[in-house]
Amino acid sequence: MRSRGVLLPHFKGTQDTETVTLPLPKKVTIPMSMGMGAPCEPLVKKGDTVTVGQKIGDTDKFMSAPVHSSVSGTVTAVDDHLLSNGRLCKAVVIETDGEQTVCPDIKPPEVSDKASFCKAVRESGCVGLGGAGFPTHVKLNYNEDKRHVDCLVINAAECEPYITSDCRTMTEEPDSAVDGIRQVMKYLNIENAYVGIEDNKPEAIRIMTEKTSGDSNIHIVKLRSSYPQGAEKVMAFNTTGRVIAEGELPSDQGIIVMNISTAAFISHYLKTGMPLVERRLTVDGDVVKKPLNVKAPIGTPVSELLRFAEADIDSAKKILMGGPMMGICIYDPDTPMIKVNNAILAFSEKAVKAQAQTNCIRCGRCISVCPLKLMPCRFEKAFDAKDKDTLRRLRVNLCMNCGACSFVCPAKRRLAEKNQLAKELIRT
Amino acid sequence: MAYFDLENKGKLTVSPSPHINSTASTQKIMLHVLIAMLPALCFSVWIFGIRALLLTAWCAATAVGWERLCNYLRKRPSTIGDLSAAVTGVLLAFNLPSTFPFWMAAIGTFVSIAVVKQLFGGLGQNFANPAIVGRIVLMLSFTAQMTHWVKPFERGADAVTSATPLVSKSADYYDLFIGKVGGCLGEVSALALLIGFVYLLCVKVITPHTTVAFVGTVFLFSLAAGEDPVFQILAGGVMLGAVFMATDYVTTPTTPLGKIIFGVGCGIITCVIRFYANYAEGVSFSILIMNILTPYIDRFTEIKPLGAKYPEKKKEGDA
Repeated sequence: MRSRGVLLPHFKGTQDTETVTLPLPKKVTIPMSMGMGAPCEPLVKKGDTVTVGQKIGDTDKFMSAPVHSSVSGTVTAVDDHLLSNGRLCKAVVIETDGEQTVCPDIKPPEVSDKASFCKAVRESGCVGLGGAGFPTHVKLNYNEDKRHVDCLVINAAECEPYITSDCRTMTEEPDSAVDGIRQVMKYLNIENAYVGIEDNKPEAIRIMTEKTSGDSNIHIVKLRSSYPQGAEKVMAFNTTGRVIAEGELPSDQGIIVMNISTAAFISHYLKTGMPLVERRLTVDGDVVKKPLNVKAPIGTPVSELLRFAEADIDSAKKILMGGPMMGICIYDPDTPMIKVNNAILAFSEKAVKAQAQTNCIRCGRCISVCPLKLMPCRFEKAFDAKDKDTLRRLRVNLCMNCGACSFVCPAKRRLAEKNQLAKELIRT
Repeated sequence: MAYFDLENKGKLTVSPSPHINSTASTQKIMLHVLIAMLPALCFSVWIFGIRALLLTAWCAATAVGWERLCNYLRKRPSTIGDLSAAVTGVLLAFNLPSTFPFWMAAIGTFVSIAVVKQLFGGLGQNFANPAIVGRIVLMLSFTAQMTHWVKPFERGADAVTSATPLVSKSADYYDLFIGKVGGCLGEVSALALLIGFVYLLCVKVITPHTTVAFVGTVFLFSLAAGEDPVFQILAGGVMLGAVFMATDYVTTPTTPLGKIIFGVGCGIITCVIRFYANYAEGVSFSILIMNILTPYIDRFTEIKPLGAKYPEKKKEGDA
């Protein structure tokens, strides 16, 4: 049985355009928290000179990844930064000197076994590049006594509209992507890898199949282009048939799920030792005149990316980090892009105008599209009645906010939003 | 310190995801239902004459009028644009004989829209199908007019009356299937209703569960009870009820299993009333009873979420 989902318009107009490199921005702002886990402490102060790849933030907490400078230049401030989740963290503001001097300490890491591999991945500052930003070394450092991990699931679904950065990774750097998969399998003793790719990327599927033709244990799985095919649990289920149950990590089911761009980065890092200081991302949306994929240093202001793509920032009403289904709105175009941003999308008022809500007609569309088989219309009524027992019984806590229910609702009810409020309600 | 200055950044909208919506809307769904009812209406006009069309239009118009009046009295924005009142009006007309007086039909739409729907809070809040309750109220209040059937193709005020096939128990399958029999406006032609059913399936407004379960149960029950099963599913209101009334979103279960239970329940109650009770027809009562049971069906057909873990039930005595 395949998981359900919803068919979205794709808008993947940048799928066949070569990635370009962004001209060096004058200033970057690098937040000390760019993914899940503990924020880092800044290691530099105002006036310091930094080089590309130099570590500028770290912490002794396990659930975190260090932060590196993406440019060479001078630290002009270490300031408070408002994160999208409403919390504050420190951010290092660096004025670039245009030299891009590489940090002298950069050299390929020495890796011989699982422990040294995990340590190297941690030092690379790697977090999941698909959007959630789970520190990769934590994912790799699973408890081997609990269950042997035998499946590496590579998430290359890229199910959100507009975004094509993973697709470009596969078409432009297939060797890195495949090598990354091999390295992870080698050091973690994983028998099989499944690369899940949606069928709207035939070129990527062709190239990846060709590049892995010699590896009998790397399987390319062609998936239906239905949203949210790239959600961790859905991806794991549709490639391996295993259900990651409530409260479980993928490793409890013998699976590690990793994004294809993350795998490509790991390969790149093992060869060069250059930490995660730049990434590929899609810049698109209806006010963007020249939609493209761009490689940009972490910390580049979003406005700079938009200007490079010839976007009309003044007519933008919504600017998103990520796709239109799960992306986060930013309130300031000068917000820096971070490690987890696979896309920056800018939309005019016309494209994202909120539609008026009408009464729920109990059509059940939200139930039929939920990838986790939840019942969003029931959650909404239970939440409005503050009925915690029903919310718990119907497992609102499993909702991952994919937004499929809100998308299909003919009454335009904001179901996904209510689900998040309901999750918060039952926590107390 | 003011790196972030919320005061001066009021230009961009910040809202929770998702940021796009499908093009589906309540209005479009209701429009599909209206289109699906067109074949039955056309057949009805062919069989009973222009008065069938006038009565249907009158019911739709009064239903919309009552809806607008209720909106006005409740000081709510107009909801006639969602077309749900028009659907209810047409459905009620389908449940009336073509000779039914207009003023009585207006009472029927008042009961449907004002009492059953708006008093409970409008679209989505009513516990029973408005058209069904409207029909039942008219049936109990104006029994003579509600059972004044006209022979097919007989026009005029002095039209010859005939019993419906369910009462006379005589009609051949072909006439029943095409609809050349006496009966309510919209219920006579199984063929026209099935065209509407296929249309609704194609545009994905309904799933086949309820309809198939309903008709299938009537068929099997009739077979078991020694009645003619083909006659039972073609005669009377089974097709109309199974295609357009038992598939109403608001008053029926939301899960596939719930829909099947609903359909089976409707089928059983219909047959019990037809075969063993005083009324010749039981479709409307069966749907009303199942409407009332819907919250319970919903409660017991909740879907198990993917990967949900339930604590093991404590055995009695473990305290």
